[in-house]
Amino acid sequence: MNHSATISVRTNRTAVRRLSPLSSLLSPLPSPLLPLSSTFSPLSRPLYLLSSLFYLLLGAPSAHAARIGDISETKLWEQALRFFTFQDPAVRYALAGSMLLGVTCGLLGSFIVVRKMALVGDALSHAVLPGVALGFLWNMSKDPVAIFIGATVAGLLGTAVVSLIKQTTRLKEDTALGLVLASFFAVGICLVTMIQRLPTGNKSGIDKFLFGQAAAISEGDVRLMAVVTVLAIATIVLGYKEFLVTSFDAVFARAVGFPVQVIHYTLMLLLAFAVVIALQAVGVVLVSAMLITPAAAAYLLTDRMSRMLWLAALFGMVAGAVGAFLSFLGNNLPTGPFMVLGATAVFGLAFLFGPRHGVVAKWWRQRSVTQRTQRENTLKAVYHVLEGREFKGEGVSLRELAERRRETVEEAAREADSLRHHAQATLAEDGNLIVLTPDGWQRACAIVRNHRLWELYLTHEAQIAADHVHEDAEKIEHVLGEETVRELERRLKYATRDPHGRAIPGLADLRRGAGTEHRDPVVGYGRGS
Amino acid sequence: MTDAPPLEIHDLTVAYHKKPVLWGIDLVVPRGKLVGIVGPNGAGKSSLIKAAMGLLPLSSGWVKVFGEPVAKNFRRVGYVPQRESVDWDFPVSVMDVVLMGRYGRLGLLRRPGKADRDIARECLEKVKMLPYASRQISNLSGGQQQRVFLARALAQESDLYFMDEPFAGVDAATETAIIALLHELKDKGKTLMVVHHDLPTARNYFDMLLLLNMRVVAFGPTEQVFNYETLQQTYGGRLTILSEVAEAVRAKG
Ligand SMILES: Nc1ncnc2c1ncn2[C@@H]1O[C@H](COP(=O)(O)OP(=O)(O)OP(=O)(O)O)[C@@H](O)[C@H]1O
Ligand SMILES: [Mg+2]
Repeated sequence: MNHSATISVRTNRTAVRRLSPLSSLLSPLPSPLLPLSSTFSPLSRPLYLLSSLFYLLLGAPSAHAARIGDISETKLWEQALRFFTFQDPAVRYALAGSMLLGVTCGLLGSFIVVRKMALVGDALSHAVLPGVALGFLWNMSKDPVAIFIGATVAGLLGTAVVSLIKQTTRLKEDTALGLVLASFFAVGICLVTMIQRLPTGNKSGIDKFLFGQAAAISEGDVRLMAVVTVLAIATIVLGYKEFLVTSFDAVFARAVGFPVQVIHYTLMLLLAFAVVIALQAVGVVLVSAMLITPAAAAYLLTDRMSRMLWLAALFGMVAGAVGAFLSFLGNNLPTGPFMVLGATAVFGLAFLFGPRHGVVAKWWRQRSVTQRTQRENTLKAVYHVLEGREFKGEGVSLRELAERRRETVEEAAREADSLRHHAQATLAEDGNLIVLTPDGWQRACAIVRNHRLWELYLTHEAQIAADHVHEDAEKIEHVLGEETVRELERRLKYATRDPHGRAIPGLADLRRGAGTEHRDPVVGYGRGS
Repeated sequence: MTDAPPLEIHDLTVAYHKKPVLWGIDLVVPRGKLVGIVGPNGAGKSSLIKAAMGLLPLSSGWVKVFGEPVAKNFRRVGYVPQRESVDWDFPVSVMDVVLMGRYGRLGLLRRPGKADRDIARECLEKVKMLPYASRQISNLSGGQQQRVFLARALAQESDLYFMDEPFAGVDAATETAIIALLHELKDKGKTLMVVHHDLPTARNYFDMLLLLNMRVVAFGPTEQVFNYETLQQTYGGRLTILSEVAEAVRAKG
């Protein structure tokens, strides 16, 4: 295969990046631009920031060709095409690895989220750093297997220490997690710094483990990632029911004879694996976000565990691929932040546009309820006008409606138009006369009936004074279901008069459109029929 | 084998962090009884149930279910936990939860099949929750959630049931329906141990009562056990409860 190409590209990159991991944390801006910033006035600084962000994401075209393998295309979509079709040997491993880790993190992250163990994921991911360093020291090279073993052991040791603190002291879990997270991470940073001081250290690439660099993923890494991903998927498919019941109701799971502890530790082990394979590309600092964010987005979109797993795996994969791509496009920036931003973008979309729990959907539902309530109030007013003249005459004029509702004719016209729009009324005489359609008539009757029934119920059954019930009925009339109405009618012995002595429209009025004999049938069907 | 009592507890002591919460419990529950477990908050009712099912370490004593340690006989034990013990926002449907009742019989790594689904559906029908089968569990009222738990226990098809406050947050109609269901189970020879908080109804609901406050205050047929002295011993000097008891005793005539 194209090993030589891969290697040459990689050495190129290490030459470009001479920043130590910590100094690159302090200066996230591209280094060629950095000195300029001090010469700018404070006013133009936001502008400068913005432009350098653009530079980061889309700009720096001159350097592209050299970076993405031997790509000569400079258009964004051409690069994307080339990148995502696995054509380029230099990025093949990076992309494959990023997607694999996304899937594994998404799957295991789902269980972390529903078990409310997000902090555990965070602690575990920080606790692996000393293991990474020791794995590196084992034979002074970035041997995937040694690092994998070292990191897993350190991670599991971290969780064991958490359990120990929890059991032997009065400290609660969150405190124990915080303690372990910080102390293990501190040890890890010391070791990593030490390694970089070694003669061979600064070419080691160990610093990539802090913020992640997908470009550093080797063929061996991808193999290991594939093995872990297959293992994770197989375990979850086989033990889905076990993971489900222990996550939902661990006590019940034990009562039906499941080895809850074993299942729990299996999950923790897989979690440690997921963290460790993600380290290279995402980095220790942010890897817990790849566990939590795709799963959290999936949690917002569905209320079935199985679907949540699918979605989280998909989101993780997309975030991984996007992160790797952006990292290549930019100035070989750390991959971790881009993946996490990709995942966060997915989460943001789910938060805003989720069909059931999304903010926009909620707002939309709220809005349509408000509009329906308004229409129903108009219908009610039309009914009242008609009732006022004992259902004689055809329709209701805008002026009558406006008077009834104590508003301007323009407002009344707008309301009438809304009724027409929903086929609840037709407009005659140049839009000056509102004639209810059968639909509109039925709804009007129903609303008035609901209102009066509810008033009657409150005065009769709840012993509330007749002049206290109107406000309440104004709200209830819009939400009473047919079933409740039947129940109310039964309890009130099919009363025909409300507490104020007005007639309550009955089922017959609704069905027949115009109701009892003395009511003018024209009202119901208007001129249209 | 068939003669062994459903539940036998001998000299049981349970402690959390070395502080005993149950003390020297001796109990032999006969077959086919509906047993109410009554006692004040913190009396150890939930702990007794958990200990009997082998979910808590025992400081001393032993528990036998149908003559065997419970670890060997867990398939004959059904369980309705307190409703607050789980997260009702968990992404599962009503059907998923009821199917969990089948997991014990399925054992590890086997998936529920069509037969299990049919049984789960029957159990949902028995608690009148079949129309809600595909709902997510957070979209249910408290009483409906309680019925889902009951259906899950029914799906376990056990011979001995432990139910922790199945009437908590349930309206009167549902309570009546549940108690009818419990009697039906009892008539099929099942044994039921039910934690209950309302003393007046406890007298009418149960064949036998277990009055518990860290130790067994009294255990026997309801009409023998339900009297002022034993209830006072169970509830101590708590005024509100004592007046409730006085009312209950008065109602008894
Ligand atoms: N996990 C635990 N750790 C420590 N102490 C506990 C634990 N669970 C219960 N206890 C203590 O054990 C005692 C008995 O608790 P238990 O839950 O069995 O009471 P209960 O009778 O079920 O009460 P309730 O009516 O409130 O449900 C209480 O004093 C309680 O504080
Ligand atoms: Mg309890």
